[in-house]
Amino acid sequence: MALSKPNSFRTGPDDSGHFGMFGGRFVAETLMPLILDLEKAYAAAKVDPSFHHEMNAHLKDYVGRPSPLYYAERLSQHLGGAKIYLKREELNHTGSHKVNNVLGQIMVAQRMGKKRIIAETGAGQHGVATATLCARFGLECIVYMGAVDVARQAPNVFRMEMLGAKVVAVQSGTRTLKDAMNEALRDWVTNVDSTYYCIGTVAGPHPYPMMVRDFQSIIGRETREQMLSAEGRLPNSLIACIGGGSNALGLFHPFLDDASIEIFGVEAAGHGLDKLHAASLTGGRPGVLHGNRTYLLMNDDGQIQDAHSISAGLDYPGIGPEHSWLHETGRVTYLSATDQEALDAFQLLTRLEGIIPALESAHAIAKVVDLAPQRSSDHLMVVNLSGRGDKDIPQVAEILKGKP
Amino acid sequence: MTTRIETRFAELKRQRRAAFVAYVMCGDPDIETSLAIIKALPSAGADVIEVGLPFTDPMADGPSIQAAGLRALKAGTTLKKTLNVVRRFREGDDVTPIVLMGYYNPIYIHGVDRFLIDAKAAGVDGLILVDMPPEEDNELCIPALKAGLNFIRLATPTTDDKRLPAVLANTSGFVYYVSITGITGSATADSAKVSQAVSRIKRHTELPVCVGFGIRNPEAARAIAEHSDGVAVGTALVDAIRDSLDAESRATPRTVSAVADLVATLAAGVRGARQAAE
Repeated sequence: MALSKPNSFRTGPDDSGHFGMFGGRFVAETLMPLILDLEKAYAAAKVDPSFHHEMNAHLKDYVGRPSPLYYAERLSQHLGGAKIYLKREELNHTGSHKVNNVLGQIMVAQRMGKKRIIAETGAGQHGVATATLCARFGLECIVYMGAVDVARQAPNVFRMEMLGAKVVAVQSGTRTLKDAMNEALRDWVTNVDSTYYCIGTVAGPHPYPMMVRDFQSIIGRETREQMLSAEGRLPNSLIACIGGGSNALGLFHPFLDDASIEIFGVEAAGHGLDKLHAASLTGGRPGVLHGNRTYLLMNDDGQIQDAHSISAGLDYPGIGPEHSWLHETGRVTYLSATDQEALDAFQLLTRLEGIIPALESAHAIAKVVDLAPQRSSDHLMVVNLSGRGDKDIPQVAEILKGKP
Repeated sequence: MTTRIETRFAELKRQRRAAFVAYVMCGDPDIETSLAIIKALPSAGADVIEVGLPFTDPMADGPSIQAAGLRALKAGTTLKKTLNVVRRFREGDDVTPIVLMGYYNPIYIHGVDRFLIDAKAAGVDGLILVDMPPEEDNELCIPALKAGLNFIRLATPTTDDKRLPAVLANTSGFVYYVSITGITGSATADSAKVSQAVSRIKRHTELPVCVGFGIRNPEAARAIAEHSDGVAVGTALVDAIRDSLDAESRATPRTVSAVADLVATLAAGVRGARQAAE
């Protein structure tokens, strides 16, 4: 689709929450007044120095930021090409980038006087981050998780429960992330006065895609400074995995207007793009779900199709609307990695660098394996190591032992 | 241009009674049974029929209507087949208003312009789209009004006086007041609160105000009918369909009559209500 190139890729969304034709506010009337309130509350927080002062203090002392930008020397040597840096988001408190967003949203929820927090989760990383911050700030926490994911991410379910959250196993639909999101929306519609919905990715009705991106953009801002300090110049390429796409947008956004930087998002190709997968941009088309227009996996009648990925965090039939726009404008190149490629990359990084990545992040590593050898040794490549793989060890162990 | 919806509410106003609005999911449990159910509704007492357009991810619906949608999809129901059911219903009934109720994505994928032509040709009179607030009016609402369809908006307990004018601005046919904050079939409507809310909405509009979500039995239907222009029941009818099915969720000889019988008792409740003289 030919679109005229905008002057800047960093000014969206417009006032009605659109990135080009994507985004918007396709929600039930019951939720609209609250979504408009949230937009106001976030706009006020954004320009309040005390909000940023408090958030920065928590990011430093509670989350443990800045996260390091680590030169992966052995991986770089092994692949023979680009100089590969890992942005170590897996070292954050709670083990992934998710905490950056949750901290910001919980602080907004407090400004709105909400005491009850609900969240959806796929891999459980967003649920764990939400449960953690609700414990820290003394808030009630309910996490909706598809029953299939509850089974395959058991360690995170225990963590959330120990943190005091109530985990609801969602039995409706396909019992994965999209159904968890449906159920969270149903809870929200029912408890709209008391409840704040802490969405875990750059999707949903406006202002969520913008707000979550803003909170995650600390990843890219730090990377920029860290790379300048380590190498005296900006990186040449950026790579991140994409389910909804919050870790990717967090890394990409501060660099979108640096035209010389190549940017790659990696979707989950599951069993392969001609079989069951979760690659919405590669295998889907624009539609409307969960409050926004974006690329979705669906059939010819507009019914949403099941996604599949080995990684619960990428197992979603949609993608954040800003990614759909970046795809159509051509600013970001979207690739995909299969379950098997991710599994191989998971083991490669573990053995070469002593870092066990989340299966989600392993999708990004899988494409580093393809791209790095095609680049020269002065090419600086940053990959977002968005989460750590502890939660995946039981699942990977079973697969490697040859069980189904 | 007067729609069947407007004609029907004008008649009921003359009769000084509220409408009984019956919702069923198209294609539940299969297309032919569903058509037979819809055909049976007017003589059982339904004044307006809401035909559910099935969707995989019905975010505002409770477990009953979610399950009905999945049964319908499993039976192969699509948007085209739903419009065909309406067309076949219209062959024998040219007066009972039909409102399509559902979510936007199947319509968006069909193509809005093509959908409006096809829906109008099939005999659809109005649309209720759960995920289409006034903020997105240019998307479907305005084109639907131009095409001569009514666009029926949901107003909810969270729609305050400040917001009501925006919600009502492009609403036509009737206003659908959602009596609870919640999903379909999840709680019981409080008739005193509903009465206040209906009066509040009526201060802003001349349109009829129907009330739905959380009304299950004739007593509740009667109580709500005393304070509104119409009573919508969905989950209870969908449950009656479900309870009539065999172990494999297939229709049985009881399925059509189970819904018709329940509609008759609910409609009797609505017709027994005393409407305040104007």
